[in-house]
Amino acid sequence: MHIHKYEKWWLVFGCATLVAFLVILAIGAFHNGTHPNEGKITVDYENVDSIKPFDNPGVHKVEGKEWDYEVVLVASAFSYNPNEIEVPLGSVVKFYATTRDVIHGFEIAQTNINMMLEPGYVSEYVAEMNKAGEYLIVCNEYCGTGHTYMYGTLKVVDENAQNN
Amino acid sequence: MHKTIDEYGKVEEKETALVEKEEKSPSMKQKLTASFIRVDGKDAKLAMAHMYVAFIALLLGGLAGLLQVLVRSGEFTLPLGIKIGYYQVLTVHGILLALILTTFFIMGFQIASISRTAGAFTNVQRKIGWTGFWLMLVGTAAAAAMVLLNKATVLYTFYAPLKAHWIFYLGLALVVVGSWLLCIMQILKYYRWKKENKGQTSPLLTYMAVVNSILWITCSLGVAVEVLFQLLPWSLGLVERVDILLSRTLFWYFGHALVYFWLLPAYMAWYVVVPKVIGGHIFSDALARLSFILFLLFSFPVGIHHQLTEPGIEGFWKFVQVVLTFFVVIPSLMTAFSLFATFEMRGRELGGKGVLGWFKNLPWGDARFLVPFIGMVAFIPGGAGGIVNASYQMNQLVHNTIWVTGHFHLTVATAVALTFFGVAFWLIPHLTGRTLTPKLNYLGNVSGILWGIGMLIMSLSMHLAGLLGAPRRSEYSTYGGAEMAYDWIPYQIAQAVGGTILFIAILVIMYIVVQLIWFAPKGEEEFPVATVAPGAEKTPAILENFKIWGVILVALIVFAYTMPIIDIISNSPAGSKGFMPW
Amino acid sequence: MAHKKKAADNLKGTLYMTFAVGFVIIIIWAFCFGLFTDRF
Repeated sequence: MHIHKYEKWWLVFGCATLVAFLVILAIGAFHNGTHPNEGKITVDYENVDSIKPFDNPGVHKVEGKEWDYEVVLVASAFSYNPNEIEVPLGSVVKFYATTRDVIHGFEIAQTNINMMLEPGYVSEYVAEMNKAGEYLIVCNEYCGTGHTYMYGTLKVVDENAQNN
Repeated sequence: MHKTIDEYGKVEEKETALVEKEEKSPSMKQKLTASFIRVDGKDAKLAMAHMYVAFIALLLGGLAGLLQVLVRSGEFTLPLGIKIGYYQVLTVHGILLALILTTFFIMGFQIASISRTAGAFTNVQRKIGWTGFWLMLVGTAAAAAMVLLNKATVLYTFYAPLKAHWIFYLGLALVVVGSWLLCIMQILKYYRWKKENKGQTSPLLTYMAVVNSILWITCSLGVAVEVLFQLLPWSLGLVERVDILLSRTLFWYFGHALVYFWLLPAYMAWYVVVPKVIGGHIFSDALARLSFILFLLFSFPVGIHHQLTEPGIEGFWKFVQVVLTFFVVIPSLMTAFSLFATFEMRGRELGGKGVLGWFKNLPWGDARFLVPFIGMVAFIPGGAGGIVNASYQMNQLVHNTIWVTGHFHLTVATAVALTFFGVAFWLIPHLTGRTLTPKLNYLGNVSGILWGIGMLIMSLSMHLAGLLGAPRRSEYSTYGGAEMAYDWIPYQIAQAVGGTILFIAILVIMYIVVQLIWFAPKGEEEFPVATVAPGAEKTPAILENFKIWGVILVALIVFAYTMPIIDIISNSPAGSKGFMPW
Repeated sequence: MAHKKKAADNLKGTLYMTFAVGFVIIIIWAFCFGLFTDRF
């Protein structure tokens, strides 16, 4: 099978590009830890309200962990609890989220926080809130008629700016 | 208009002889004396049956698409008379265009391609094919009825625990089983040809259709297991709960190979038909086959790249499938080179000078070339966006945003769809014994250009809105007046503009198709099949050794899926009951 | 490529076009990667 000289150049260039992409992604993921949600904890979706930590949804300050806040969130058709999250600028936040019924999405628009919430599984993500602002949380997986009524807000508050 | 007499009579004659051997119906002789090899009349009937369904699906599915973009612009609401919800319309759109239009068109095109290049099917094979067709049609009708009755507003991905009526799942199962019969029909024909032509390389189009049939059977096994063993018993009430993550993983094992099932027939046209239309040759028979084999191998161990943001699947295995996903880019890189080379060689033959001067010499006025060409161009940003989607952590940027919708409207809804339309413009008249008149050819170009413009507007604004966070599969909403959601609205209006242009293009295409079926002047329309250049090297026989490729294919699937599936099953929480929140 | 004709071996335009496609892919990917690293 004869391959034209230029086709070899093109394939070398193309494959090298793909390898470069993969190396960048692998360093990001396995060295810097930027994995997408890969939550491993399972939970009884029909009884989430009585199971820790979902018996107490909300924003909790924590000490002695790698993160400063824990956001515990329960999604159900068609709302998030809590639907308003407020954290200070620069804080590291760990999200624990699950669903009480169908599959929902948990996307904080214009951030990298974007994960699927599936019945029986706890989705987890850690992020450093390094840009102040009011972010819209939307459900990005079709969950029924009220799908677009499912939204919330993340407020990343610059406390210094407020004090001034 | 494009009745170029074939310069490579020798190759054509060989094919003719085969047709003769295969079937000795009296009508056959008449066709053989024609200037082109015609698809056998009985095969043509079967292929045409698929075309009717495909284009009815296009019209109705396109109408559903129009309603969606209008509603989501915020400027329109569904008329009160229509007692159909947005998500019901969305379900119709997805099922009719992504599943019905594609599957029916592909089966029709492949049957015609095999009949044209390897000779007529036997009566038994044809019977298997008709049975498959009717099963698919009954299945489609059953599923459609449930969607229209609002018993199955689950979108075309039907993710559990959304639970549709059992007839919906049964309908889908029938479509899949029917398609298997059609694939078996094609594979049987291929092996018969091999037996009758020992030691010879099979006709390229036949080979490609067979690879795609094998791909389809292998991938739809995943969705068949999901539907038959999980969703159907569950919707019938035989079992109470269903394993959600397993069902999704089975679905995406199917779902990603599905996109190559759509793409490969377009590649058939790009590799074999378009070169003939422009008067050139197949760039390389061997490389074309090699790219099809690579698609077959790497379509499967990659489905988890659709599940990158899901819980319950280890990051390591997600990454493994990301790496394998990047492998499947390679055959497309090869295809890009082959196509440019075909165009350049033909353009230079016609006197094109300079590095890019040959572009001018291509037959831009020929709809059979121009319309698929617009599709090829769309595949460049489509492919680039696809690489972004599959880029592991970067998937979080775009997952389930309308960027993804924009992405597959470039790939399947432009690259593939326009190629199918470009094929239909000669295939339908070829099958019905009519001709593509200059006027219809002109309208074909108009439809392709309209499609290109409409999609540029719609898809670009979808991509941009997606990067701003706008979710896919959502009706119009201001999300409680959130500032970020306001930024999405101009893009949604642009989508409505683009979508409206696309619908106009569909109306033009429907007009052309109706003309080609019933009204265009009788005559002979060529089924263009390019040959390799004279003096080409022989294609390595290993490319036809499906046993070897089968073993590698199974090994790759086992490698990529064993651990994730074991993890999913052994760590699974209690299954889910069904929900019908619509 | 499986033929011997010398005239047809002039595929300079093809070389340029494919590399142009490659750069389009790199630009789109790099843009998205930039966006990804910018966001939390």
